[in-house]
Amino acid sequence: MSAATPVQQKSVTASKDAPAWTHKDLVGLEDLTAAEITHVLDTASAFKDVGTREIKKVPALRGQTMVNFFVEASTRTRVSFELAAHRLSADVINMTASTSSLTKGETLKDTALNLQALHADIIVLRHSSAGASKFLAERLDASVINAGDGAHEHPTQALLDTFTIREKLGRIEGIHVAIIGDILFSRVARSNIHALLKLGARVTLVGPSTLVPHEFEQMGVKVTHDLDSVLPDADVVNLLRIQHERQRKEYFPSLGEYTSLFGLTKQRAERLKPEALIMHPGPINRGVEIDSELADCSRSVILDQVTNGLAVRMAVLYLCAGTNPKRG
Amino acid sequence: MNPDPTPPTPGAALILDAAAIERCLKRIAHEIIERNPDLTKVALIGIPSRGVEIAKRLATYLKEFSGTEPFAGVVDVAMHRDDLHRHRLPPRVERTILPLELDDMTIVLTDDVLFSGRTCRAAMDSISSFGRPARIQYAVLVDRGHRELPIRADYVGKNLPTSLGERVHVRFETTDGMPDAVWMSPS
Repeated sequence: MSAATPVQQKSVTASKDAPAWTHKDLVGLEDLTAAEITHVLDTASAFKDVGTREIKKVPALRGQTMVNFFVEASTRTRVSFELAAHRLSADVINMTASTSSLTKGETLKDTALNLQALHADIIVLRHSSAGASKFLAERLDASVINAGDGAHEHPTQALLDTFTIREKLGRIEGIHVAIIGDILFSRVARSNIHALLKLGARVTLVGPSTLVPHEFEQMGVKVTHDLDSVLPDADVVNLLRIQHERQRKEYFPSLGEYTSLFGLTKQRAERLKPEALIMHPGPINRGVEIDSELADCSRSVILDQVTNGLAVRMAVLYLCAGTNPKRG
Repeated sequence: MNPDPTPPTPGAALILDAAAIERCLKRIAHEIIERNPDLTKVALIGIPSRGVEIAKRLATYLKEFSGTEPFAGVVDVAMHRDDLHRHRLPPRVERTILPLELDDMTIVLTDDVLFSGRTCRAAMDSISSFGRPARIQYAVLVDRGHRELPIRADYVGKNLPTSLGERVHVRFETTDGMPDAVWMSPS
């Protein structure tokens, strides 16, 4: 049999006084406290172990229905949420823009009210407009989980990135994270910046000036356009995908030029600390943001991120669905 | 050993003090030895949070009395409860720590208070998703009655008749930062 691996036990004296989580929705990380983010990560550690059991399923959300409502295309996030819900014994309905009545002119709110009328308990929403999740969260009794809203936030991606850093390096505080690439259009970057700064990490954004404007410095991060100078000091490099679908060509002259200045090549990676982590939220453009060999090397934790995403999403579903503000 | 520790709520009656708790747990340890001649096949698994402390203490006493210190671990019950929607806030989830091999083991589940029996059921469900122990036994510091499931404890520190509305408070120095004591209050 595959038995559980004995693991280090968290102190049983952890404070039980203040409620650790009180939100029915997860819209973004900007509004969460460091303690709340840490609680999600701790809860995710417990859920990660479920994947090592003989029976990889727990009954926590039995009888609840989760709707994966993806108005914008996504495969890995949708599948990750779907598997997370299955592992928690929830029922899952998948809807995409093309299968919903949005194409027939129904508004987002009306579609959502219809989902609620079907007794959906959790709605996981991916939408191209910033603020779409907040809009629904304020209007529905169901839990609303933001799976990416425009260029605003992608909280579960940042939580799984943070979880992976903490798991591999043992802490977040004092860690130097370089986020490289298409920051301007990146909800992943925004959510990561909020999470990392709240937990005490240092963040440097690197990319062409058109994609990494200095306005980001107002969030409390460093901005630079010189990747080579950042690499020797970074504990983590998080490479973001160039989002062809969200930008026009004039942001940089060519993919080749982008790679020559900001791609993590083998030669450039030699400047990294030996223990530095290489991360990427996927899908990877091999040969653009990162050399193919590096993506598969031992310092790359790209597939750990995928595994951890499942645990983090189980934790988020459990915590949000377990928060019922209407109960006394 | 403080004869009069401060009650957790005004008007609470002291049921067991630190010395009495120690006597109860030591007696339970002797009973575990009596019923399980091979302690290498026994694992004490605590239900968070105070059951974990009880498992650790029993492991220490068993070592003292028999020379064999059994495995002491943790079983999370939060993700195996069937009443998440009845809570206002989600119960804290803990990491489960079990022996690598369960199949030949006798698991002694430990908890502070036995009430409805639902927590014990969730703990047994959780353990069975890891494997199939030879048997599961159940040790509690206080049995206060009012079972809602056909479950009973194999080892009981103190049988405490209560009414449904009464509350039983267990405090441990290690988990609560208050002197070891069991209290009962009217509500």
